[in-house]
Parts: sequence; C-alpha cells; structure tokens
Amino acid sequence: MEQSGVITAALFEKSIAEKKLLASKSRSTGELFIPARPVTPETVLTDMDLVPLSGRGTLAGFSVVAIAPSSMLKAGYDRKNQYCVGIVKLEEGPSISAQILGVDIAHPESIKIGTSLVVEFIERGEGESKGVALAFRYNA
Amino acid sequence: MKRRKLGRGVSIVAAGMSSFGVFPGKVSRDLFLDAYLEMIGCVDRGIDPKDIEAIYLGNYSSDIFEGQGHTAPIVADWIGLTPRAAVRIEDACASSGVAFRQAVLAVASGAYDIVLAGGMEKMTNLPTEKVTDALATAGDMMFEIPAGFTFPSFYAVMATAYASRYNVGLEFLKHVTIKNHNNGSLNPKAQFGQKISDLMEAKKKAAAAKGKPVPEWSDEMAFLADERANPTIAWPLQLFDCSPISDGAAAVLVVSDEIARSLTDTPIHIIGTGQASDGALHARKELTSIASARLAVEEAYTMAGIGPKDVDLAEVHDCFTIAEVIATEDLGFFPVGEGCRAVVEGKTRRDGGKPINTSGGLKSKGHPVGASGAGQVVEIWKQLRGVAGERQVDGGPSIGLTHNVGGTGQTTVVNIFERK
Repeated sequence: MEQSGVITAALFEKSIAEKKLLASKSRSTGELFIPARPVTPETVLTDMDLVPLSGRGTLAGFSVVAIAPSSMLKAGYDRKNQYCVGIVKLEEGPSISAQILGVDIAHPESIKIGTSLVVEFIERGEGESKGVALAFRYNA
Repeated sequence: MKRRKLGRGVSIVAAGMSSFGVFPGKVSRDLFLDAYLEMIGCVDRGIDPKDIEAIYLGNYSSDIFEGQGHTAPIVADWIGLTPRAAVRIEDACASSGVAFRQAVLAVASGAYDIVLAGGMEKMTNLPTEKVTDALATAGDMMFEIPAGFTFPSFYAVMATAYASRYNVGLEFLKHVTIKNHNNGSLNPKAQFGQKISDLMEAKKKAAAAKGKPVPEWSDEMAFLADERANPTIAWPLQLFDCSPISDGAAAVLVVSDEIARSLTDTPIHIIGTGQASDGALHARKELTSIASARLAVEEAYTMAGIGPKDVDLAEVHDCFTIAEVIATEDLGFFPVGEGCRAVVEGKTRRDGGKPINTSGGLKSKGHPVGASGAGQVVEIWKQLRGVAGERQVDGGPSIGLTHNVGGTGQTTVVNIFERK
C-alpha cells in the first residue's frame, strides 16, 4: 500500500488520466478523502494510505451551466450546448466535484438531489486541451 | 470558543469610496485615489495625511485584470504616501475585509496608531469570459475547476442543495434581488442603482423606441422570471441573481481609541473581529451553510460579548442571491432553513427587523472584488453615524456587522462595529 509521501497534488489529475478513482484513508481516524491528501486534518498526521473507491454515489448539488469558462468553451460547450456540473457524495463517504451526464439538461428542474450516479471517465476537449475528465452518469 | 481580545481599542474615524461601475478611463490606482480623497475629506476635525503610518490594501488580482503585480507600493506612491509600509492582501473576494482586519490588528498591537485600510479592483478591461476564468482561480484549479465549475455554478449548487434540503421553491431568491436593487436605488455610488421596476420600464421604453413589440410584465417577479429579460447564467441562477463585474475602490481610516477622540466626536469602534478558512466546496459537511462564516462570526461575537439579536444591521456577502440568504442564517439572524422566508416577509428590508445590505449589497452596488469588503465597512460607518442619506435606517442603529466571503467560503471575515 502506498504512503502519504507519494500523495502529491498532481496525483488526482494523474489518477483520473489513468481512469482510477483514488482516495486516501487516514490510519488515525479511518476517514476517506478524495482527492487523496497527505495530511489528516483532525490529527494533523501524515498517515494516509491510498485506496480505490467504487465509483458509486448520489447527487448532492448541481448546476446547468449556460455561461461556460474558456476550458469548457474549448470542449464545445456554450449557451446552446450546456452541461451539468455537480457535487457527488460517494457511497464510501467523501464527496467530489464532477461533470454530470445522462440528466435532462433542457429541464434542470427535473434533476433530483439524491439521484444515483456511477463514475465515467470521459475524453473531453480538442487538441492540446484534450484530456480525461471525471464525470458521473445517471444510474437508472 | 477561546475569547480573543484586541491589545487596545481601535476605531474608524473616516471612510470613503469611489463610485462602483465601469470606468474605462481609470485604473485601480485612480479609483483608489477617489476613495482615499473622500476618506481624508470626511475626518471631522481634519487630518494631516502625513500622519498615516502604514497602508493595508485588499486586491484580488491586478495581475490578471490589469497585468500589474506588486500593487500596494504603486498605489501608495500614487496617493503620495511612500515610503510608508504598504501591504497587499489577497483572499479572493474577501481581500479588503481581511486587509481591514489586519489594519485593526496592527493598530491593536501598538505598532501603529493611524493606518489606512482599503481595497480596489479594476475588472472591466477584460471580456466576460476572461473575467470568469480569473474569478475561477479563487476556486481550486486542480480539484474543483476541472469539473467545469464557474463561480455562479458553485453557488447554484448551494441553491439546489438548499431547495432540496428545506423543500422550498427558489422564488425567494428574486426577493433578494428586488430588495437589494431598492436599496441600491438610494445609493448614488451604486453601479446598478435602479429598482427592478425602473429597469422594466426602461426596457419597455427601449423596445418602443426601436419599434419592437413592447414586452408586458405584470410585476417585478414576472420580469425576473422571464428568461429573455433575465437569462440563466448557471441554473438555477439567472443574471439578476449575480453581482456584476465592476471597477471600484474603498478606503477606511483605522486609528487607536486614544487618538480617535481628537479626530472626531463620533468614532466607530471595532468591538469584534473573526476570520476562518476552509477547503473546497465538495469537501464540506454541508452545502447549505458556510462553516468558515459560522466560525468567524462566533469568534467576532465572543470578542464583542454580543449575539445576533444585538446586531442592528449588516452588510453581508451577496455575490449571488443565495449567498445572502445563507449568510443571514450563518450569522444567526434566522434559524437554518428560515432565511428564505425572512426575505420574502420583508424582515431584511431597511424597515424590517434586521436590515441587510442597505447599500444595495454587492448585487446592486457592484462587486469590484478586492474593494467589496472595505465597501461594506464604508456603509456600516455611514449608517452608524446616521449619514447614509435617503437609505438611512431609522432608530439610530448602534451596532453593525460586515460579513465578507472569499471564494465559496474558503475565507470568511466578520467585523462588528459600535457607535458608543
């Protein structure tokens, strides 16, 4: 099992690129964190181990974005092609920011908090900005 | 909570601000000079600017907005106050609330007797897309922003979580907009100093002048519900749920209580101050409350020896309408889940029991991010001295509070003021 020393800030992006959902688990409190972090806040100890997560969770809050940032404009999103972004509470406990797929973008009032979701690693963007992004899909 | 206290008493004896808005001919140092000169001009018994000993300036990102770093000495030089120590403080949209607090702590420590605190931001040189990107850097660029988040969408997440948790519709957000524009219409320095009803009439006239069909709205709520008049930015938040992109500056003169009385008969005392930090929005235990705000205000209330009932009015960080409602709960003015009802019932109007954002708030007055926290202090200073003009709250308010948030609550700073 890997130790706190290898948990850098870049590990999150690297693990997403490898299509892995990694958390760190505190030896002192048992708490899980995603993105993985090297220090347990409660005890301020560098006592983390890396553990994989199942990728199942529920929607805790969301938005359908009409005015996109330039990174999402480059990926083809704009007022006419909107996307959903949200916070997903994973079944193991921690929550993470992600794009939300498979929901009715045209009718955001139909999107429900608590909806079941499952992880999906998506290719997003074109050319230099192309990369793997973390998303969760509506799990019917 | 541990009761912190200031090393000695600290007061404000003057405050000023530039107009907030879009000023193509002015950069941030010009705007700060406007604020500074107004401040110097309103010291009751006058002050020699040479007596100012240090400068604490809030500024979020002159680097991105103006291509200029190291802003504090540049501003100090422009207003003629070099070689005094000049400090720039960056805590996103809380920059000048924090700069003000640092000035208070510096005077309380005894290091200085007279300090200039304030902030400025020049945002309108960049197109909206670039401003959106610049503001996004107040979020976590590695852990949050890659998901596709913008600032409106962060607060939209809080709004959807709030509606779900308390099982309410989001119509109440429009009441925040209407109230803050009503207040802003009485503030000559506001960027959007018009009531929503005035904006409706202006749109009708513009349509008629162009020979286009004149839109019909039954009332302000109908206008705000119209997607053409009020387009969605990040559902459920629409344009009028969002504070604008603004240029502006604000300045406050912070002095020790010992010398305050030699400058004015009506100093405004700082009786409480608190600040706290937090991580990414997704890592919070709750999405319907800002934990750093609860910690900051508890620290400030404990220092002041007061509670939420004692606060006569407050300027809170309404960068988005949902943020004001959550703030009024985090500050203890209303129980959780009841802030939405309070605004609908008019409790936060100027003539309500707990006036919130009498200046028009960031929503109507404008949100030049690095100036907003100091701008809040300017309003409380005016209200407590009874010089807020047409928007003056009746009954001689004696205790006021400012609540200034950076990001989605990675920083919150709260300051409490009293006219004794």
